[in-house]
Amino acid sequence: MYSFDIQRPTSVADAVAALGTDEAQPLGGGQTLIPTLKQRLAAPSVLVSLSAIAEMKGVCTMDDGRLSIGGGTTHATVAAEASSYPALAALAGNIGDPAVRSRGTIGGSLANNDPSACYPAAALASGATIVTNAREIPADDYFQGMFATALDEGEIITEVRFPVPEKGAYMKFEQPASRFALVGVFVAKFSDGVRVAVTGASEDGVFRWSEAEAALSSNFSADAVPAAPSGDGMISDLHGSGAYRAHLVGVMTKRAVAAAS
Amino acid sequence: MPKDHGIGASPKRREDVRFLTGAGNYTDDINVHGQAYVHFLRSDLAHGKINSIDTSAAEGMPGVVKIFTGADFEGVGGLPCGWQVTDKNGEPMKEPAHPVLAQGKVRHVGDPYAAVVADTLEEARNAAEAIVADIEELDPVVDMAAALEAGATKVHDDLSDNLCYDWQFGTDTETTDAAFAKAAHVTKLELVNQRLVANPMEPRVAVGDYSRAGDEHTLYTTSQNPHVIRLLMGAFVLGIPEHKLRVVAPDVGGGFGTKIFHYAEEAFCTFAAKACNRPVKWTSTRSEAFMSDCHGRDHVTTIELALDADNNFLAVRTDTKANMGAYLSTFASSVPTWLHGTLMAGNYKTPAVQVNVKAVFTNTVPVDAYRGAGRPEATFQLERVIDKAARELGVDPIALRRQNFITQFPYATPVAVEYDTGDYEATMAKMEELMDIPGFAARRAESEKNGKLRGLGVNCFIEACGIAPSNLVGQLGARAGLYDAATVRVNATGSISVMVGAHSHGQGHETVFPQVVAEMLGIDESMIDIVHGDTSKIPFGMGTYGSRSLAVCGSAMVRATEKIINKAKKIAGHLLEASESDIELKDGQFTVAGTDKSVAWGDVTLAAYVPHNYPLEDIEPGLEETAFYDPANFTYPAGAYACEVEVDPDTGAVSIEKFVSADDFGNVVNPMIVEGQVHGGIAQGIGQALLENCAYDENGQLLSASYMDYAMPRADDLPHMANYVVDHSCQTPCTHNPLGVKGCGEAGAIGSPPTVVNAVIDALHSGGHTHVSHIDMPVSPSRVWAAINGQ
Repeated sequence: MYSFDIQRPTSVADAVAALGTDEAQPLGGGQTLIPTLKQRLAAPSVLVSLSAIAEMKGVCTMDDGRLSIGGGTTHATVAAEASSYPALAALAGNIGDPAVRSRGTIGGSLANNDPSACYPAAALASGATIVTNAREIPADDYFQGMFATALDEGEIITEVRFPVPEKGAYMKFEQPASRFALVGVFVAKFSDGVRVAVTGASEDGVFRWSEAEAALSSNFSADAVPAAPSGDGMISDLHGSGAYRAHLVGVMTKRAVAAAS
Repeated sequence: MPKDHGIGASPKRREDVRFLTGAGNYTDDINVHGQAYVHFLRSDLAHGKINSIDTSAAEGMPGVVKIFTGADFEGVGGLPCGWQVTDKNGEPMKEPAHPVLAQGKVRHVGDPYAAVVADTLEEARNAAEAIVADIEELDPVVDMAAALEAGATKVHDDLSDNLCYDWQFGTDTETTDAAFAKAAHVTKLELVNQRLVANPMEPRVAVGDYSRAGDEHTLYTTSQNPHVIRLLMGAFVLGIPEHKLRVVAPDVGGGFGTKIFHYAEEAFCTFAAKACNRPVKWTSTRSEAFMSDCHGRDHVTTIELALDADNNFLAVRTDTKANMGAYLSTFASSVPTWLHGTLMAGNYKTPAVQVNVKAVFTNTVPVDAYRGAGRPEATFQLERVIDKAARELGVDPIALRRQNFITQFPYATPVAVEYDTGDYEATMAKMEELMDIPGFAARRAESEKNGKLRGLGVNCFIEACGIAPSNLVGQLGARAGLYDAATVRVNATGSISVMVGAHSHGQGHETVFPQVVAEMLGIDESMIDIVHGDTSKIPFGMGTYGSRSLAVCGSAMVRATEKIINKAKKIAGHLLEASESDIELKDGQFTVAGTDKSVAWGDVTLAAYVPHNYPLEDIEPGLEETAFYDPANFTYPAGAYACEVEVDPDTGAVSIEKFVSADDFGNVVNPMIVEGQVHGGIAQGIGQALLENCAYDENGQLLSASYMDYAMPRADDLPHMANYVVDHSCQTPCTHNPLGVKGCGEAGAIGSPPTVVNAVIDALHSGGHTHVSHIDMPVSPSRVWAAINGQ
């Protein structure tokens, strides 16, 4: 990697200030950024580590019942502490391997918005709110395509607020090599309807499968899941065609509904 | 009761103490005072013409010692190929030049065309970015069929085309055609044995060092065969005589074949160390490994099997295209021919076997031996086509194999080799017992209750190991002998150092070889150490590959130890005032037969080195003997494997529920190590069957260039140990080596891929998907789903 300076602010305000300089880049758990730096594919002059900011860490239940997770909270911590939202805890506990889960953070994952990452499906299906140093962004407005989000330059995810559904489950079919989601489906049943979010499949990144949501909102059973969506616009690569991914969207949705508790 | 020492015992691997506690000494652990670091510039094009390389801006950058391009290597040789194949018209294969750094053209993604040596690696990388290479993109040839078309772009402009050789072997065409003409049934199958990346845990490393004082070169390298590297690099590339070149391969973290070959980086570091008058070190990144370690397999084959009305095999005919990549690697030419064609008879008494192989140059990384090397490809074709035939004929695949087994030994096949011994019925019966074949129907019904399809796959295989009889391979085109050597050095107090030509890079030689010597001498294994991996310390042996270490080098060690015993008996006879012919050696004691007169091992060894009371007029002092051993034949391990898979018809996912191997390795010295070798080999074969795929796109870009896309088998891809049964109780000892051993290193990787694929096809047929006759490896979920759905 190229040489760079590193700063380790202890407050969100200091981090925002540090990110105001040219070519500064925030560093969450580093699970994407560090490999990119090692390959010399990025050359920030300053890395602003978010790992020392205590106010961005931890899991708690808010007064309104939502689950609040600090943006700097690791997957391992979410897996261990998000017990009031078992589907979310299980999702976090199945990201990567123990080393990844001990370093990677929810804020880093959502800011990167890898089209095969797990957290975007949870945030979108839950109707979560992405809280930054500057504003609150509903999940429906946040995800804007592969690796694209509503975040502005230098904006930091400080917290994610998850409404907890009556029932929910995440089913991931793993890409055999990376074990990212080849297709992952998060189903969340709320009193006012069902939300279904799909990761791994679309060339536009995570998306809501509205046909399934409509069908499941009136009948929350695996049998009600509609025919698989079209393979058009689905990712096609070494590990599976668009048609295969589209098929898996149907299979994983059914399995998520069956598993939802 | 199992033995607790010597041959047949399973002492824990002594080398693991250092490996598991971080005390190993790998090549990357070696740092020579004053060393500089090299960074290679590698082509990101599959095929390009080098118009110019401008290094001027880089030369003055901080830390830069020297920058090299292909022009710096015009005065030295290219990387040689160690095996000349003669094609079916009697013409020698085409051998294109393989310069250390590309000259004129780059021919695959990863082909090195320049190198920066600098004080630090980061400085070398910084300077590399300032080098301006004008490389004009040329059309690449990636697909083998396209490469052979008339008018195809040529990988090497000085060759007439991309065909390295067109080889035919075995039964003549007239006889073969006649057998097919009279067949009652012919089964034909087209299949791909996909390209693989070996992926040893330790990437390749080379450290070149040069001493002006003695004009002496030292290369530390991650090699399976340091003497082979010294021979190839010294004699053919750099012109350094053996006595001025030392090659050291210290602890090596896995090889799997890919560390047999002589690589450009080794020659570069040796050359540059003298040119820079500084040690030069290179450590491969994992990304570099994917595009510079030789790949394995990559065969495309059509195989036909002819049977008579009673289901007896009449003939086998194969037509294979084998990818050589852009250059001929060290043993690349031998893999699809002599390591492949000679095994096409398998375990069966098929009277006619004809093998046709076209070797093809493409703009891809060179392909060479990978665990099994040619033998997995042969087994896969044969055992898949037999399974397909059984299905077409509606007969039991086990019965069809059994009916056609070779049962009389020695057996000369139509493809040049003579199996000395074997008992294929015994391993088949053992496999059936361990697999509980009668219980399969109930297990299948249980899987179906859970919505899964269960399949049973079986497979038999044979391999030619103990590589190799030099006179035979010489006739077949080998440019080296394939004997091995051992020196047994007994020290004054009776401890022993055994210097061996074999190289241990995971096999456990340091544990196993002393078991043999200890058994022969009746002394404790802890008194014996193995020395390997350093050409300045060991005799001229050929290293480790082809399941040869114990069968060939172990035999040399036995011969040397026999010489030791003979001499020690002479000394003991003198000490005991008895005739040497009356001396018996048992449990480390030399005894005059029929008396209680004896001297201990240590008394004799001390006398050899402190010869105060010694027959100096008859024998020399000291106790050290060397033996070279050249095998009379290959060894022929064989076995019967079976596995059960569950297929999820909704996703196409395959899980291996149970795997059984029944191997005949002849005699077994350390059962625990043999079982570990087979476990690992099967895991590697399952990796090929279900997961691994080295894929290029049509532009010659490597699609699977990291672990994000290249799927390696992991523990949870394998069955639980209780259902991962390896057996080696069927033993027909090799008839021609002193230990009666056959070799076990490659068996698992050879026998398992067709077993798994056969099981998947069986599962799909049980679910009514009878249109699926074959799925190419890796049998990934998407491929299974596509096959089920006719896509």
